[in-house]
Amino acid sequence: MIQAPDLPLWAALIVGMMVLLGATIALIGSIGLVQLKSFYDRVHAPTLGATLGTGAILIASIICFSVLRSRPVVHEILIAVFVTLTTPVTLMLLARAALYRDRSEGATHVPTDGGEADDSLAS
Amino acid sequence: MSILILAFIITFSQVLLGIAMGCATFRVLRGPRAHDRVLGLDTLYVNAMLLLLTYGIQTGRTLYFEAALAIGLLGFAGTVALAKFLMRGEVIE
Repeated sequence: MIQAPDLPLWAALIVGMMVLLGATIALIGSIGLVQLKSFYDRVHAPTLGATLGTGAILIASIICFSVLRSRPVVHEILIAVFVTLTTPVTLMLLARAALYRDRSEGATHVPTDGGEADDSLAS
Repeated sequence: MSILILAFIITFSQVLLGIAMGCATFRVLRGPRAHDRVLGLDTLYVNAMLLLLTYGIQTGRTLYFEAALAIGLLGFAGTVALAKFLMRGEVIE
């Protein structure tokens, strides 16, 4: 399914670079999800794809549709605003749930609060 | 010529996003704890949304944009519900 929109050269360059950049960043984030060791490391990795990757592909989409329709098409901003608002909420909820589960089971590798960490360093 | 190069770049990006979805699926299937699986599911739907957006760029239709928006909305609701379930043991209190 080799197919592409009929864009002028400058728009094709920008769209291609942005799509490639966004896909590469999303792939790096997902590889981090596989490679990192503990859950508290892994919870940081997918935010790469959710912020920078989504931003780059949405900019490519805005430029592509604006050039194709020859008027400004900015409805992709809806997705950008929504993903920017929801990703921190979901990941904080998930990290708090994981912390609660690990602490209630008495696991040893749980990250501590800032105050407790300072106390253990001082003593 | 530029159209051919753009088509190749978009297809290559779709392959990269497919590999990213594969990594997320690996974490869903493998992940040692339940919250690892939920995190993999979150990454999986974000990557699927990006893949649909690249299909929208490729075909020039806005239909794919609406599908991507629906995936974003429903994926958020699903991840929040799963995180609350892991925290409390129930979704609606």
